[in-house]
Amino acid sequence: MKKIILSLTIVFICFVVVIFSLGLKTKKIYDTKDLVGKPIPLIDLKLLNSEKTFKTSDLKKNDFTLINFWASWCAPCRKEHKYLIQLSKDLKILGVNFKDDKQKANKFIKKLGNPYNLIATDKDGKKSIYFGVYGIPETILVDKELKIIKKYIGPINENDVKKILKIINN
Amino acid sequence: MNKIKVFITILLAFNIYFSDLLSEEKINNQIYKNLRCIVCQGQSIADSNSDFAQTIKSVVNDKLSEGMNEKEVYHFLSEKYGDWILFDPPVKKKTYLLWSLPYIFFVIGGIAILFIFKKVLKHKKY
Repeated sequence: MKKIILSLTIVFICFVVVIFSLGLKTKKIYDTKDLVGKPIPLIDLKLLNSEKTFKTSDLKKNDFTLINFWASWCAPCRKEHKYLIQLSKDLKILGVNFKDDKQKANKFIKKLGNPYNLIATDKDGKKSIYFGVYGIPETILVDKELKIIKKYIGPINENDVKKILKIINN
Repeated sequence: MNKIKVFITILLAFNIYFSDLLSEEKINNQIYKNLRCIVCQGQSIADSNSDFAQTIKSVVNDKLSEGMNEKEVYHFLSEKYGDWILFDPPVKKKTYLLWSLPYIFFVIGGIAILFIFKKVLKHKKY
């Protein structure tokens, strides 16, 4: 009997130690890896400088599309803008202007250049929720079937540009 | 007599209207409490005043008024943000162990207690 209790106690202690050590190693921040392979929503987005709307299903025309969520008030968006301009030579980019003022957004584009083939607007930020956005800048690379290949949280950098170019040229 | 009937009818209508409103609010709060505010530290959407939390609340309200139920709202948001947004992880292949362990421990504990009791009683007989 004593042996059984002792072995049960040892098993329990080992179990607790393993669980806690695994728990310490687990990342406790939001990760987007689960979203890779999932399709983006088929919704309508209002264009920034027009009364017309744009259907995300129209992106199926492109082999790859980069969807970038940005705003004129977002400092990191300024930082990544030159990389978007660099990518715009090889890739179609849809810009989604997030919770921004139309005039300020246009001023931003006029000053820093326009890397976008289309600029949609999401005045209240609700449409961005459909894309799993929780802050800007965020960038999503989708393929022809509108499946997410990569999702970048925060400003993209030179390394990301290289990786994106590698993906689209393969 | 008629006046009393009208008064009671109005009172009942008010009661039904406000109880509906209250239950609606209760469901909304229940959903907010089970949604993690991704930009906050361990807070739920219900507890947070962040911009993200406010937008999620608004989307949840929209989805409920579109006719979605609680489960469908969770499914919609976990499709967008992964299961991380839910405080209650759903029962999936990956979480079978997580959900079944408390019951397994409960059964093992019960058996162990029963075993010890039997031994003690046997011992007392002699």
